[in-house]
Amino acid sequence: MSAQSRRAVSARAGLLLLVAWLLSPVAAFAHTRGGEASGFLAGLSHPVSGLDHVLAMIAVGLWGAQLGAPAVWLLPVTFPMVMAFGGTLGLLGVKIPGIEIGIALSAIGLGAAVLFEARPKLGIAAVLVGFFAIFHGHAHGTELPAGANGVLYSIGFVIATGLLHATGIGIGLIHRWPAGRTVLRWAGAVVALAGLAFLWRALT
Amino acid sequence: MPPFLAHLMNTGLGPFYDGLAHLFVTPEDLLPVLALALLSGLRGPRFGRTSLFILPLAWLAGSVAGRLFGPHWAWPVVSAALTIVLGALVAADRPLPLSAVAGLAIALGLWNGSWNGIELARARAGTFGNGLGVACAIFAVVAIASALVASLRTPWTRIAVRVAGSWIAAAALFMLGWSLRPA
Repeated sequence: MSAQSRRAVSARAGLLLLVAWLLSPVAAFAHTRGGEASGFLAGLSHPVSGLDHVLAMIAVGLWGAQLGAPAVWLLPVTFPMVMAFGGTLGLLGVKIPGIEIGIALSAIGLGAAVLFEARPKLGIAAVLVGFFAIFHGHAHGTELPAGANGVLYSIGFVIATGLLHATGIGIGLIHRWPAGRTVLRWAGAVVALAGLAFLWRALT
Repeated sequence: MPPFLAHLMNTGLGPFYDGLAHLFVTPEDLLPVLALALLSGLRGPRFGRTSLFILPLAWLAGSVAGRLFGPHWAWPVVSAALTIVLGALVAADRPLPLSAVAGLAIALGLWNGSWNGIELARARAGTFGNGLGVACAIFAVVAIASALVASLRTPWTRIAVRVAGSWIAAAALFMLGWSLRPA
Protein backbone atom coordinates (compact mmCIF):
# COMPACT_ATOMS: atom_id res chain seq x y z
CA MET A 1 0.00 0.00 0.00
CA SER A 2 1.43 3.41 -0.93
CA ALA A 3 2.03 6.11 1.66
CA GLN A 4 -0.76 8.19 0.14
CA SER A 5 -3.38 5.43 0.35
CA ARG A 6 -2.22 4.59 3.89
CA ARG A 7 -2.79 8.22 4.87
CA ALA A 8 -6.23 8.17 3.21
CA VAL A 9 -7.19 4.97 5.06
CA SER A 10 -6.00 6.33 8.42
CA ALA A 11 -7.81 9.64 7.83
CA ARG A 12 -11.03 7.73 7.03
CA ALA A 13 -10.60 5.55 10.11
CA GLY A 14 -10.02 8.63 12.24
CA LEU A 15 -13.15 10.28 10.89
CA LEU A 16 -15.22 7.14 11.55
CA LEU A 17 -13.90 6.97 15.12
CA LEU A 18 -14.76 10.64 15.66
CA VAL A 19 -18.31 10.17 14.33
CA ALA A 20 -18.76 7.01 16.43
CA TRP A 21 -17.55 8.85 19.53
CA LEU A 22 -19.79 11.85 18.95
CA LEU A 23 -22.87 9.72 18.35
CA SER A 24 -22.19 7.23 21.14
CA PRO A 25 -24.97 7.09 23.75
CA VAL A 26 -22.98 8.49 26.66
CA ALA A 27 -26.06 8.46 28.89
CA ALA A 28 -26.11 4.67 28.69
CA PHE A 29 -22.82 4.39 30.58
CA ALA A 30 -22.67 4.34 34.34
CA HIS A 31 -21.66 7.79 35.50
CA THR A 32 -22.83 10.43 37.86
CA ARG A 33 -24.68 12.92 35.72
CA GLY A 34 -27.79 13.24 33.50
CA GLY A 35 -28.84 15.26 30.47
CA GLU A 36 -26.31 13.98 27.93
CA ALA A 37 -28.93 12.47 25.64
CA SER A 38 -30.06 15.92 24.57
CA GLY A 39 -26.50 17.31 24.40
CA PHE A 40 -24.61 16.82 21.16
CA LEU A 41 -27.51 16.49 18.71
CA ALA A 42 -29.37 19.41 20.30
CA GLY A 43 -26.23 21.54 19.92
CA LEU A 44 -25.72 20.36 16.36
CA SER A 45 -29.28 21.23 15.34
CA HIS A 46 -29.55 24.55 17.18
CA PRO A 47 -27.64 26.81 14.72
CA VAL A 48 -29.64 25.47 11.77
CA SER A 49 -32.96 26.04 13.52
CA GLY A 50 -33.20 29.69 12.48
CA LEU A 51 -32.89 31.04 8.94
CA ASP A 52 -31.36 34.30 10.21
CA HIS A 53 -28.45 32.41 11.80
CA VAL A 54 -28.02 30.09 8.83
CA LEU A 55 -27.86 32.88 6.25
CA ALA A 56 -25.40 34.98 8.27
CA MET A 57 -23.07 32.04 8.90
CA ILE A 58 -23.12 30.96 5.25
CA ALA A 59 -22.51 34.59 4.23
CA VAL A 60 -19.33 34.60 6.36
CA GLY A 61 -18.07 31.66 4.28
CA LEU A 62 -19.13 33.32 1.01
CA TRP A 63 -17.33 36.54 1.90
CA GLY A 64 -14.24 34.65 2.99
CA ALA A 65 -14.20 32.80 -0.34
CA GLN A 66 -14.46 36.10 -2.21
CA LEU A 67 -11.60 37.61 -0.20
CA GLY A 68 -9.37 34.56 -0.61
CA ALA A 69 -6.53 33.47 1.71
CA PRO A 70 -6.03 34.15 4.57
CA ALA A 71 -9.54 35.60 5.09
CA VAL A 72 -11.12 32.41 3.75
CA TRP A 73 -10.15 30.61 6.95
CA LEU A 74 -9.52 33.52 9.31
CA LEU A 75 -13.13 34.79 9.19
CA PRO A 76 -14.64 31.33 9.89
CA VAL A 77 -12.18 30.96 12.78
CA THR A 78 -13.09 34.37 14.20
CA PHE A 79 -16.85 33.87 14.06
CA PRO A 80 -17.21 30.73 16.25
CA MET A 81 -14.73 31.99 18.85
CA VAL A 82 -16.40 35.38 19.28
CA MET A 83 -19.83 33.76 19.00
CA ALA A 84 -18.88 31.50 21.92
CA PHE A 85 -17.88 34.60 23.87
CA GLY A 86 -21.31 36.10 23.14
CA GLY A 87 -22.90 32.79 24.13
CA THR A 88 -21.04 32.89 27.43
CA LEU A 89 -22.39 36.40 28.07
CA GLY A 90 -25.88 35.05 27.34
CA LEU A 91 -25.36 32.10 29.67
CA LEU A 92 -24.20 34.43 32.42
CA GLY A 93 -27.33 36.54 32.00
CA VAL A 94 -25.49 39.65 30.73
CA LYS A 95 -28.08 41.76 28.91
CA ILE A 96 -27.28 43.09 25.43
CA PRO A 97 -30.02 45.29 23.97
CA GLY A 98 -31.28 44.83 20.40
CA ILE A 99 -30.07 41.28 19.86
CA GLU A 100 -32.62 40.52 17.11
CA ILE A 101 -31.82 43.82 15.41
CA GLY A 102 -28.11 43.00 15.57
CA ILE A 103 -28.73 39.59 13.99
CA ALA A 104 -30.78 41.18 11.20
CA LEU A 105 -28.06 43.79 10.65
CA SER A 106 -25.48 41.01 10.43
CA ALA A 107 -27.38 39.45 7.52
CA ILE A 108 -27.70 42.86 5.85
CA GLY A 109 -24.04 43.76 6.44
CA LEU A 110 -22.54 40.42 5.44
CA GLY A 111 -24.94 40.11 2.46
CA ALA A 112 -23.97 43.61 1.30
CA ALA A 113 -20.27 42.76 1.70
CA VAL A 114 -20.76 39.77 -0.62
CA LEU A 115 -22.96 41.76 -3.00
CA PHE A 116 -20.41 44.56 -3.43
CA GLU A 117 -17.36 42.28 -3.04
CA ALA A 118 -16.16 44.59 -0.27
CA ARG A 119 -12.41 44.27 0.34
CA PRO A 120 -11.57 45.97 3.63
CA LYS A 121 -8.31 45.28 5.47
CA LEU A 122 -8.24 41.80 7.00
CA GLY A 123 -8.38 43.15 10.55
CA ILE A 124 -11.44 45.27 9.80
CA ALA A 125 -13.22 42.31 8.17
CA ALA A 126 -12.42 40.13 11.19
CA VAL A 127 -13.64 42.79 13.64
CA LEU A 128 -16.86 43.22 11.65
CA VAL A 129 -17.52 39.46 11.57
CA GLY A 130 -16.64 39.20 15.27
CA PHE A 131 -18.98 42.07 16.14
CA PHE A 132 -21.90 40.35 14.42
CA ALA A 133 -20.96 37.01 15.97
CA ILE A 134 -21.59 38.39 19.47
CA PHE A 135 -25.30 38.88 18.68
CA HIS A 136 -25.67 35.36 17.29
CA GLY A 137 -23.81 33.84 20.24
CA HIS A 138 -25.76 35.79 22.83
CA ALA A 139 -29.07 34.73 21.28
CA HIS A 140 -28.00 31.09 21.40
CA GLY A 141 -26.62 31.42 24.92
CA THR A 142 -29.93 32.68 26.27
CA GLU A 143 -31.94 30.07 24.34
CA LEU A 144 -30.04 27.00 25.57
CA PRO A 145 -32.43 24.26 26.64
CA ALA A 146 -32.54 23.38 30.31
CA GLY A 147 -31.00 20.01 31.17
CA ALA A 148 -28.84 19.74 28.06
CA ASN A 149 -25.28 18.61 28.64
CA GLY A 150 -23.19 21.75 28.35
CA VAL A 151 -20.02 20.28 26.96
CA LEU A 152 -21.51 17.99 24.32
CA TYR A 153 -24.03 20.69 23.43
CA SER A 154 -21.19 23.19 22.96
CA ILE A 155 -19.20 20.81 20.76
CA GLY A 156 -22.24 20.12 18.57
CA PHE A 157 -23.04 23.80 18.37
CA VAL A 158 -19.53 24.84 17.33
CA ILE A 159 -19.24 22.03 14.77
CA ALA A 160 -22.58 23.00 13.19
CA THR A 161 -21.46 26.64 13.00
CA GLY A 162 -18.16 25.62 11.42
CA LEU A 163 -19.94 23.40 8.91
CA LEU A 164 -22.24 26.27 7.92
CA HIS A 165 -19.16 28.41 7.26
CA ALA A 166 -17.65 25.54 5.29
CA THR A 167 -20.85 25.33 3.24
CA GLY A 168 -20.49 29.03 2.45
CA ILE A 169 -16.84 28.54 1.48
CA GLY A 170 -17.82 25.56 -0.68
CA ILE A 171 -20.46 27.58 -2.51
CA GLY A 172 -18.02 30.50 -2.71
CA LEU A 173 -15.56 28.42 -4.75
CA ILE A 174 -17.60 29.37 -7.83
CA HIS A 175 -15.93 32.77 -7.42
CA ARG A 176 -13.08 31.59 -9.65
CA TRP A 177 -15.37 31.72 -12.73
CA PRO A 178 -16.77 35.03 -14.08
CA ALA A 179 -20.36 33.69 -14.11
CA GLY A 180 -19.87 32.31 -10.63
CA ARG A 181 -18.74 35.71 -9.42
CA THR A 182 -22.03 37.21 -10.59
CA VAL A 183 -24.06 34.39 -9.02
CA LEU A 184 -22.20 34.91 -5.75
CA ARG A 185 -23.01 38.61 -5.73
CA TRP A 186 -26.68 37.80 -6.33
CA ALA A 187 -26.51 35.38 -3.42
CA GLY A 188 -25.19 38.26 -1.31
CA ALA A 189 -28.15 40.35 -2.43
CA VAL A 190 -30.56 37.59 -1.36
CA VAL A 191 -28.91 37.42 2.10
CA ALA A 192 -29.09 41.22 2.47
CA LEU A 193 -32.76 41.27 1.42
CA ALA A 194 -33.55 38.50 3.89
CA GLY A 195 -31.75 40.59 6.51
CA LEU A 196 -34.06 43.50 5.71
CA ALA A 197 -37.03 41.20 6.26
CA PHE A 198 -35.56 40.07 9.60
CA LEU A 199 -35.04 43.72 10.55
CA TRP A 200 -38.63 44.53 9.69
CA ARG A 201 -39.80 41.63 11.84
CA ALA A 202 -37.56 42.72 14.72
CA LEU A 203 -38.81 46.29 14.62
CA THR A 204 -42.54 45.56 14.29
CA MET B 1 -25.83 20.52 39.26
CA PRO B 2 -22.31 21.63 38.27
CA PRO B 3 -21.62 20.97 34.58
CA PHE B 4 -18.11 19.72 35.33
CA LEU B 5 -18.04 16.34 36.97
CA ALA B 6 -15.76 13.53 35.97
CA HIS B 7 -17.63 10.64 34.34
CA LEU B 8 -17.06 7.48 36.33
CA MET B 9 -17.05 4.49 34.06
CA ASN B 10 -18.09 1.02 35.03
CA THR B 11 -16.97 -1.31 32.29
CA GLY B 12 -17.14 -4.39 34.52
CA LEU B 13 -13.53 -5.15 33.64
CA GLY B 14 -11.88 -3.52 36.64
CA PRO B 15 -10.44 -0.10 37.53
CA PHE B 16 -7.77 -0.04 34.81
CA TYR B 17 -10.27 -0.50 31.98
CA ASP B 18 -12.72 1.87 33.69
CA GLY B 19 -9.98 4.50 33.59
CA LEU B 20 -9.06 3.63 30.00
CA ALA B 21 -12.66 4.16 28.87
CA HIS B 22 -13.16 7.25 31.01
CA LEU B 23 -11.26 9.62 28.72
CA PHE B 24 -13.35 8.76 25.67
CA VAL B 25 -16.70 9.49 27.34
CA THR B 26 -15.56 12.65 29.11
CA PRO B 27 -15.28 15.52 26.62
CA GLU B 28 -14.20 17.87 29.43
CA ASP B 29 -11.01 15.82 29.63
CA LEU B 30 -10.67 14.70 26.03
CA LEU B 31 -10.87 18.20 24.50
CA PRO B 32 -7.89 19.73 26.37
CA VAL B 33 -5.83 16.54 25.87
CA LEU B 34 -6.54 16.72 22.16
CA ALA B 35 -5.72 20.44 22.09
CA LEU B 36 -2.38 19.84 23.80
CA ALA B 37 -1.61 17.00 21.38
CA LEU B 38 -2.41 19.24 18.39
CA LEU B 39 -0.30 22.06 19.83
CA SER B 40 2.64 19.74 20.44
CA GLY B 41 2.30 18.25 16.97
CA LEU B 42 2.27 21.69 15.35
CA ARG B 43 5.45 22.65 17.18
CA GLY B 44 7.28 19.46 16.13
CA PRO B 45 8.35 15.97 17.29
CA ARG B 46 10.42 17.26 20.26
CA PHE B 47 7.35 18.96 21.72
CA GLY B 48 5.24 15.89 20.98
CA ARG B 49 7.66 13.60 22.83
CA THR B 50 7.68 15.97 25.83
CA SER B 51 3.88 16.09 26.12
CA LEU B 52 3.67 12.35 25.51
CA PHE B 53 5.41 11.59 28.81
CA ILE B 54 4.72 14.65 30.94
CA LEU B 55 0.95 14.82 30.53
CA PRO B 56 0.08 11.23 31.55
CA LEU B 57 2.48 11.38 34.51
CA ALA B 58 1.11 14.73 35.69
CA TRP B 59 -2.44 13.39 35.28
CA LEU B 60 -1.64 10.34 37.37
CA ALA B 61 -0.01 12.53 40.05
CA GLY B 62 -3.05 14.83 39.95
CA SER B 63 -5.42 11.85 40.41
CA VAL B 64 -3.57 10.76 43.53
CA ALA B 65 -3.36 14.34 44.85
CA GLY B 66 -7.05 14.89 44.12
CA ARG B 67 -7.92 11.73 45.98
CA LEU B 68 -5.92 12.87 49.01
CA PHE B 69 -6.54 16.64 49.11
CA GLY B 70 -9.01 17.38 46.30
CA PRO B 71 -12.19 19.01 47.56
CA HIS B 72 -10.27 21.89 49.11
CA TRP B 73 -8.81 23.22 45.90
CA ALA B 74 -11.01 22.00 43.07
CA TRP B 75 -12.24 24.76 40.78
CA PRO B 76 -13.84 23.71 37.45
CA VAL B 77 -13.50 27.10 35.79
CA VAL B 78 -9.73 26.62 35.59
CA SER B 79 -10.21 23.48 33.51
CA ALA B 80 -12.30 25.37 30.94
CA ALA B 81 -9.82 28.27 30.97
CA LEU B 82 -6.91 25.89 30.29
CA THR B 83 -8.83 24.40 27.36
CA ILE B 84 -9.48 27.88 25.96
CA VAL B 85 -5.78 28.77 26.21
CA LEU B 86 -4.70 25.50 24.55
CA GLY B 87 -7.28 25.84 21.74
CA ALA B 88 -6.32 29.47 21.15
CA LEU B 89 -2.61 28.57 21.00
CA VAL B 90 -3.38 25.90 18.39
CA ALA B 91 -5.40 28.43 16.37
CA ALA B 92 -2.62 31.04 16.65
CA ASP B 93 0.16 28.56 15.64
CA ARG B 94 2.90 30.83 16.97
CA PRO B 95 6.37 29.65 18.12
CA LEU B 96 6.48 28.65 21.79
CA PRO B 97 9.33 27.58 24.05
CA LEU B 98 9.37 23.93 25.02
CA SER B 99 9.11 24.92 28.69
CA ALA B 100 5.76 26.67 28.02
CA VAL B 101 4.23 23.56 26.44
CA ALA B 102 5.66 21.39 29.23
CA GLY B 103 4.23 23.80 31.81
CA LEU B 104 0.81 23.66 30.18
CA ALA B 105 0.98 19.85 30.14
CA ILE B 106 1.83 19.77 33.85
CA ALA B 107 -0.91 22.28 34.73
CA LEU B 108 -3.52 20.41 32.69
CA GLY B 109 -2.49 17.01 34.03
CA LEU B 110 -2.47 18.10 37.65
CA TRP B 111 -5.71 20.04 37.43
CA ASN B 112 -7.93 17.69 35.45
CA GLY B 113 -6.28 14.67 37.06
CA SER B 114 -7.19 16.04 40.47
CA TRP B 115 -10.81 16.24 39.37
CA ASN B 116 -10.68 12.58 38.43
CA GLY B 117 -9.19 11.82 41.84
CA ILE B 118 -11.92 13.76 43.64
CA GLU B 119 -14.66 11.87 41.80
CA LEU B 120 -12.92 8.56 42.47
CA ALA B 121 -12.72 9.43 46.15
CA ARG B 122 -16.44 10.24 46.20
CA ALA B 123 -17.23 6.94 44.48
CA ARG B 124 -14.76 5.04 46.70
CA ALA B 125 -13.20 3.56 43.54
CA GLY B 126 -9.57 2.43 43.17
CA THR B 127 -7.47 5.50 42.32
CA PHE B 128 -4.22 4.01 41.08
CA GLY B 129 -5.66 1.42 38.69
CA ASN B 130 -8.18 3.91 37.38
CA GLY B 131 -5.59 6.68 37.09
CA LEU B 132 -3.20 4.36 35.30
CA GLY B 133 -5.94 3.52 32.79
CA VAL B 134 -6.62 7.21 32.16
CA ALA B 135 -2.88 7.88 31.82
CA CYS B 136 -2.53 5.09 29.23
CA ALA B 137 -5.48 6.44 27.25
CA ILE B 138 -3.92 9.92 27.32
CA PHE B 139 -0.58 8.48 26.19
CA ALA B 140 -2.29 6.82 23.22
CA VAL B 141 -4.28 9.93 22.23
CA VAL B 142 -1.26 12.24 22.48
CA ALA B 143 0.97 9.78 20.61
CA ILE B 144 -1.46 9.35 17.71
CA ALA B 145 -2.67 12.96 17.41
CA SER B 146 0.68 14.72 17.86
CA ALA B 147 2.49 12.30 15.51
CA LEU B 148 -0.22 12.76 12.88
CA VAL B 149 -0.02 16.56 13.12
CA ALA B 150 3.80 16.59 13.19
CA SER B 151 3.81 14.62 9.93
CA LEU B 152 1.62 17.15 8.10
CA ARG B 153 3.48 19.01 5.37
CA THR B 154 0.95 20.74 3.13
CA PRO B 155 -0.15 24.22 4.29
CA TRP B 156 -3.90 23.51 4.17
CA THR B 157 -3.59 20.58 6.56
CA ARG B 158 -1.93 22.83 9.15
CA ILE B 159 -4.75 25.32 8.62
CA ALA B 160 -7.28 22.53 9.25
CA VAL B 161 -5.52 21.78 12.56
CA ARG B 162 -5.64 25.48 13.49
CA VAL B 163 -9.36 25.60 12.67
CA ALA B 164 -9.85 22.54 14.91
CA GLY B 165 -8.02 24.44 17.66
CA SER B 166 -10.35 27.40 17.28
CA TRP B 167 -13.35 25.07 17.52
CA ILE B 168 -11.93 23.58 20.73
CA ALA B 169 -11.42 27.08 22.15
CA ALA B 170 -14.96 28.07 21.16
CA ALA B 171 -16.47 24.94 22.73
CA ALA B 172 -14.42 25.59 25.88
CA LEU B 173 -15.69 29.16 26.03
CA PHE B 174 -19.21 27.74 26.12
CA MET B 175 -18.02 25.28 28.80
CA LEU B 176 -16.82 28.25 30.83
CA GLY B 177 -20.23 29.88 30.47
CA TRP B 178 -21.94 26.66 31.57
CA SER B 179 -19.69 26.35 34.60
CA LEU B 180 -20.37 29.97 35.64
CA ARG B 181 -24.07 29.91 34.72
CA PRO B 182 -26.25 31.13 37.58
CA ALA B 183 -28.44 28.35 38.98
